[in-house]
Amino acid sequence: MDELYRDFILDHYRSPRNSGTLENPDATFEDDNPLCGDRIRMDLRIQDGVVSDVRFKGRGCAISQASASLLTEAVKGRALSEVAAIGKDEVLGNVGISISPARLKCALLGLKVLKQALAVKYEPSTEEKAYPDGTPS
Amino acid sequence: MSLLTAPPQPSLSAADVARIREDFPILAERPHGLPLVFLDSAASSQKPVQVIDSMDDYYRRYHANIHRGVYHISELATEAYDDARAKVAAFIGAPSADECIYVRNATEGLNLVAYSWGRQHVGPGDTIVLTEMEHHSNLVPWQILAKERQARLRFVRVTPEGLLDLDDLDSLLEGAKVFAFTAVSNTLGTVNPVEHLVERAHAAGAIAVVDACQAVPRMPVDVRRWKCDFMAFSAHKMLGPTGIGILWGRSDLLQGMPPFNSGGGMINVVHLESSTYASPPARFEAGTPAIAEAVGLGAAVDYLQAVGMERIHRYEMELAAGALAQLTQESGVTVYGPHMAARTGVISLTVGDIHAHDLATILDSAGICVRAGHHCNQPLMEKLGVPATTRASFYLYNTPSEVDALMAGIRRAKALFKIS
Ligand SMILES: Cc1ncc(COP(=O)(O)O)c(C=O)c1O
Repeated sequence: MDELYRDFILDHYRSPRNSGTLENPDATFEDDNPLCGDRIRMDLRIQDGVVSDVRFKGRGCAISQASASLLTEAVKGRALSEVAAIGKDEVLGNVGISISPARLKCALLGLKVLKQALAVKYEPSTEEKAYPDGTPS
Repeated sequence: MSLLTAPPQPSLSAADVARIREDFPILAERPHGLPLVFLDSAASSQKPVQVIDSMDDYYRRYHANIHRGVYHISELATEAYDDARAKVAAFIGAPSADECIYVRNATEGLNLVAYSWGRQHVGPGDTIVLTEMEHHSNLVPWQILAKERQARLRFVRVTPEGLLDLDDLDSLLEGAKVFAFTAVSNTLGTVNPVEHLVERAHAAGAIAVVDACQAVPRMPVDVRRWKCDFMAFSAHKMLGPTGIGILWGRSDLLQGMPPFNSGGGMINVVHLESSTYASPPARFEAGTPAIAEAVGLGAAVDYLQAVGMERIHRYEMELAAGALAQLTQESGVTVYGPHMAARTGVISLTVGDIHAHDLATILDSAGICVRAGHHCNQPLMEKLGVPATTRASFYLYNTPSEVDALMAGIRRAKALFKIS
């Protein structure tokens, strides 16, 4: 437990980095973890194939918020191709603590939102592909 | 009958509780090598060996489908299934066992009322009254009915203290067809004045549907005293198995209702083009029912009655009062819900800026099981202004030392999060 709630996790929870929103972001997505009510929105500024700025806003447990905060630090200034390659292992590696299966969803919510933001921006989602004239009502 | 009122029944003694605990095999489990402190009975209670054995015995000795068999073990199964119904009826003061319909859980019972009674009686412009403290199971079925029938939903507000705001109850109920409400809040522990609410519903010409999920397990309940029209509850919260619950309904109402599910077991005569339906309760029990679960529910009722609901209620109130006294003294802790006189052993709280899931994780590492989240009460959470709370709930097998363990866990969480 002492391990799970290490000082730097609490620090990112209480003072999240890159917190807030961007005006007219190039990519944005918001999602929640319906089980817990954790919620994260991520805004990205993309210039010349690089994530030049990123902001996130959310509420939820220390694990989900700290993990999202750490993730924003990891993507800022990186090429889109690299960001697209970020996976679960890198995120958990940054968090640096062992996460029980019950809390994995919390730790990975930020990554899920980031991936969705990029997917919505750069590739039509499956739904969009299936219904080119708009989603069915 | 004596004119003297009976002396108040005592609560459970420490020795009683020690004996009760012996009946619950799971309490000997040691998660993370620590004693199991189970404080989540409001979500689902643990099961005594009497319930587990009754179901085991059924499967080992007399499992067969009911009603249609003419052989011995099918008769035994049919008898056990019907006996359990009679036990439940006596337990809740139902005038007749035929008024007790086996359903899968309270949620299904409430859906049955909303679909079967609701579709027949609620039309465009009609009003359905609910409260702001309803579990999603007593909210969503009415939303669907209202949408389908172009009816209106109105809500009795919850006060900041966590009580129903009854000031404008009569005007809310004016012209209403249904008033559906919970007897006890699963989030705040609030005990609602059921008799009064039923009386006002009837005065307005509405039927009263009571969600008794949190009441039947923890206090004496008598539908004749409440005078409600329908009441739903789940077996798994009252020492019984999952997969079965009861919808009790006034027989004249049930007689007039169309089936909910249909198929085998609920018919009288079937032709290719049409059928006639069986009388209640069979009309509402299509298909092979949860027979083992009915047997288990019967055993759970036996167990609760042997201990005594009044004693269980008093004991749980003692535990809750002890917990509240400590929690309200603890800095950084916020307790939601009303004062002790209007509540029961379900306590929702937050600690500083610790998210409910973090608190629950820290408590779990000390072997303490609590629930964290919105408790299927999202509108109420919005009202309280918190995304989630941590909920501890007490039952007959909990002890004062488990309350102390909870407090120690909360202090540990405060230390980890550096909250003074
Ligand atoms: C007040 C209340 N109503 C309804 C329910 C739903 O019960 P079930 O999930 O057993 O149908 C619950 C259980 O969480 C409850 O506490």
